Amino acid sequence: MAAPRIAIRKLSKAFGSTPALAGVDLEAGGGEVHAVLGENGAGKSTLLKVLAGVVGRDAGTMEVDGQPWDPSGPADARGRGLAMVHQELALCPHLDVTANVALGIEPARLGLVRGAALARLVEGALGRAFGGRAVDPRMRVSELPLADRQLVEVARALATASAAGGTLRVLVLDEPTSSLGATDVDRLFGLVRDLAAQGTTVLYVSHFLEEVTRIAGRFTVLRDGVSVGSGDVASTPVDDIVRMMAGREIAEAFPRTPRKAGDVVLSTRELAGMKLPLEATLELRRGEVLGIAGLVGAGRTELLRAIFGLDRVRSGELRVGAAIGPASPARRLAQGVGFASEDRKAEGLATSLSIADNLVLSRLGPSGLGLPARSREAAQRWIERLGIKCSGPDQRVVELSGGNQQKVQIARLLHHDVDVLLLDEPTRGIDVASKAQIAALVDELASRGKAVLLVSSWLPELLGMADRIAVMHRGRLLPARPAAECDEASLLREAVGA
Amino acid sequence: MRKVLARQPWLGPMAALVVTWTFFAIRAPGFASMVNAATMARQTTVVALCAVGMTLVIVSGGIDLSVGSAVAFTTVVVAATLKAGHGPVVAVLAGLAVATACGAISGAMIAKLRMAPFIVTLGAMSILRGAAKGVADEQKIDVDPRGLDALLSASSDSVLPPGVWIAVLVGVAGALALRTTRFGRHLYAVGSNEATALVCGVDVARVKIVVYAIAGALAGLAGVMQFSRLTVGDPTDSIGLELEVIAAVVIGGASLSGGEGTVLGSLVGAVLMAVIRTGCNFMGVHNWVQEIVTGGIIVVAVAMDRLRHRRS
Repeated sequence: MAAPRIAIRKLSKAFGSTPALAGVDLEAGGGEVHAVLGENGAGKSTLLKVLAGVVGRDAGTMEVDGQPWDPSGPADARGRGLAMVHQELALCPHLDVTANVALGIEPARLGLVRGAALARLVEGALGRAFGGRAVDPRMRVSELPLADRQLVEVARALATASAAGGTLRVLVLDEPTSSLGATDVDRLFGLVRDLAAQGTTVLYVSHFLEEVTRIAGRFTVLRDGVSVGSGDVASTPVDDIVRMMAGREIAEAFPRTPRKAGDVVLSTRELAGMKLPLEATLELRRGEVLGIAGLVGAGRTELLRAIFGLDRVRSGELRVGAAIGPASPARRLAQGVGFASEDRKAEGLATSLSIADNLVLSRLGPSGLGLPARSREAAQRWIERLGIKCSGPDQRVVELSGGNQQKVQIARLLHHDVDVLLLDEPTRGIDVASKAQIAALVDELASRGKAVLLVSSWLPELLGMADRIAVMHRGRLLPARPAAECDEASLLREAVGA
Repeated sequence: MRKVLARQPWLGPMAALVVTWTFFAIRAPGFASMVNAATMARQTTVVALCAVGMTLVIVSGGIDLSVGSAVAFTTVVVAATLKAGHGPVVAVLAGLAVATACGAISGAMIAKLRMAPFIVTLGAMSILRGAAKGVADEQKIDVDPRGLDALLSASSDSVLPPGVWIAVLVGVAGALALRTTRFGRHLYAVGSNEATALVCGVDVARVKIVVYAIAGALAGLAGVMQFSRLTVGDPTDSIGLELEVIAAVVIGGASLSGGEGTVLGSLVGAVLMAVIRTGCNFMGVHNWVQEIVTGGIIVVAVAMDRLRHRRS
């Protein structure tokens, strides 16, 4: 029997102390469209990056066509016939379409780009990716609509074939349809089928199971960095695939003090942002935790940002207490609304400053003065209340663990004495003990009458912490249901639109 | 029209240059003469050479603050080599080699140690200035230029001395390199989105080292021209030159965040500043007014560039 096109065994990769892949097996034959499935953070993107030579691996083996596959870098991988379309658009905004398609594989003689060969290469790739739809190859990429940019990336992947001597052995598509319209998706699928018919193996990553059932022949499911199952798409019921993706039992116990939902403190009606969300209607009451589930990119973060005034609102109603309409973050804080960003390090905290400085960022002393002694005093109180592990109020936030950083971020909101907490992925990337502490803290806050809007990709946490849960699917917020009536499978099904 | 402007960003500065030149030609008697044009060309040569290198660096998303010191250091190296009894060719090659090596070292630190270009070249600026003073023993090195003064001398028979033509050639070569070579395309790509360049297989580290080496070499060439003008090795020369060069590049439409800029635009920027300076001298405008005007033009040029971007 001939060797499979791709054979990956026991692949593992850790970033720092966080394992991203912990034993992945995957096998795909020539001309096969193979779906790689998994929840947010299951390790799909890491797997593809290792395959494409963007990051190295720690252990395990990879083979392509029976030969060891150890690309020294992306250029090497491309030269050997593996092209990748990245999930986050990897384009140079200042360059034109031609330069982007040919980037890294420009035909050149003695360093001089051969204009005619370049034009041929790009024209052919664009023609296939855009299916004859006209696109100006001299247009700057930053001026193209989002869908066209995605197709430019597809064109670049196709152009790789010429750099690899004419054959594309493996095409990796990481969420290629996230900004494509229906016609473009159809054409992309046609292209994928053509390539597969010519012998290219396509690894297709998508959150959308309806797409997978349309295009893929076989699938592999990843969960927590481990491949947990594979099979034929046609002969496996969607429910079984969803169960493999969700899989885990609720190991942690979430405390739940009896709470009483009070008045509505925050409400939106068909709220739409400039890009996302498309439509969100919700009501948040005092003494309540409202969970928002959904896939990465569905528009959950954008919803919180629009509410908090960080992003502009396109249309719809937005009401906080008695205040109607959008407002700046400063106004929101004054109205008692606080936002904890999912990106702790870049956005939520000034990591090079001390704990004390971070805590008083939004609320200095009564006169607007930030007296160091006063802020240290305040910081000491919060350190004790939340059990922040540190050497003292003067320790710099960058030196704390992820969990303790998160506590500082939430403490900043509490120090500001907000009534409404917008928490975006508050437990992402933190250890189990800190997760439990943050869950207990959220429970306590809700039982004391605070209102919490909780975005989380981790479904057990949502089920354990929230009173009601609403799912965001492709920019639209579905109606909230009591958490007791939800389970992981039903939430996941709504999130992937199955 | 807007599209043309977006693709040929030097058109704006070029229009400003034409307007300014016409203004002075009408208002300042003698400004429009060939003699004055030749003088301005000679005076712009050093800035123009540095601006070509700076354009490549800024397009790649970097900055080089060490060019002023590199020019002064090169004048000292050239003078010291001549003084040691070597011929002019050896002296020029020594100056170029030293400046290129300095640029390559800066580039290696920026690329391999992932240090901020601002910091590395700020350090290089001080190191090269100190080294120049050390080599020259804190004074000017007076030496027979052995014919090197002819490169940029005003007394030669031809209207434009060879140094000006060399600068023009370097400008053309730089423009072609940026537009037609793989290296040039990779410079734009690295400046526009370094992560993308990396996943597309561009050797980002090599690109960075090479571009700082080129900038160093061109600063060295500018230093040779400066020696030709001064005919001494002067360790305290060209203080603040780097800011004038950056101003020329920015006026010429480059973005300090990388990914944008043209050699032609930068050269137009350099000439524009020379025209303003000379024109103001012709009209007897005080030096302090010239400085305010030059500063205003830098700010206005960048502001217009931002507006152009916001619309597109």
